[in-house]
Amino acid sequence: MGAPGGGLAQIGSSVVVKGELSGSEDLFVDGHVEGTIALKSNNLTVGPNGQVKASVDAKGVIVQGKLEGNIQASDRVELRKSASVTGDIATQRISIEEGAFLKGKVDIHRSDSK
Amino acid sequence: MSSVSQNFMKLFRSSSGPEVAPAQTFEKLTRRSSGLGELSRMWESLETLCVLDLGSTSPGNIRYFTERGHKIYSEDLLTASTDPELLSKDEQGHAVLDSRKFLAENLVYPAARFDVIFCWNLPDYLDEGLVKPVVGRLWSILKPGGMLLAFFHTRDAGPDAPCHRFHIVGPDTLQMHKIELRRETRRGPTGAIHTAISDGFQLQRVFNNRHIETLFRDFASIKFFLARDSIREVLVVR
Repeated sequence: MGAPGGGLAQIGSSVVVKGELSGSEDLFVDGHVEGTIALKSNNLTVGPNGQVKASVDAKGVIVQGKLEGNIQASDRVELRKSASVTGDIATQRISIEEGAFLKGKVDIHRSDSK
Repeated sequence: MSSVSQNFMKLFRSSSGPEVAPAQTFEKLTRRSSGLGELSRMWESLETLCVLDLGSTSPGNIRYFTERGHKIYSEDLLTASTDPELLSKDEQGHAVLDSRKFLAENLVYPAARFDVIFCWNLPDYLDEGLVKPVVGRLWSILKPGGMLLAFFHTRDAGPDAPCHRFHIVGPDTLQMHKIELRRETRRGPTGAIHTAISDGFQLQRVFNNRHIETLFRDFASIKFFLARDSIREVLVVR
């Protein structure tokens, strides 16, 4: 999943953010985020050191670290083997690697155009 | 069959050494499951099912059900039961798991009731104090007429029977992955490095048929399937 507009914002591993995050570029989180993340047409990546406690609304979501909260993705969700997700996932497509941890519901929404 | 405190001592050890890469290998076995075969008729015939998988997170099981238009919830109860914060002491000072705290944090589904629950071999490996409360909670979140599948070792399996993860690969076929040594290194809030070492879960007890019937006595019916690999499959209907 690449950035549609070419932009990529990063939150480094020593950064702590509390509140509402929204934007129109892709976001890479390797630090701590607590609150909500809204990237309607863009992608969120939670890096291996990332710890996110937030409800997430994005086009695509890749999780390598820890995420607590519900994920709403209009396109796809990828849980890598180091991922730990506690929350419900609603998306069109999902891929989960062996070793990933998930506590929650997976709800696949079929695209109307298909 | 080890005590609660021994299990936790084994799971969490402090270390100041270098980070260790996860070492996880899987021994894969394929087995036919009569219980799953009977259960699968349900998801082939009904439109949308609500399924709860209580084993280790299984990408295969999630894919299997979502491809068929069903909803699946995943909750690894055995791993959740190793949370050190669940430990408390009874009146004699023995370490016990706090089943109330466990049920306050796990199997909490106020908005969902399930058509199918996969327990796999959970009751054989779950701490003694959690088994009955967990089965009681499962009864309450299963729809009337809903089905639960559980596996129980027979005495022939021996005390070292390995714990498996179960992946559905066909209507009556499972792939079993033995849970092997896993090391994880994480930095704690104080900056100290903690190494968690898990060598799988130990069989806690062997239920006989009478015990199993008693365990599920609140359910409407129970059906046993005997397999050649020292496992009894149990399909219960609420």
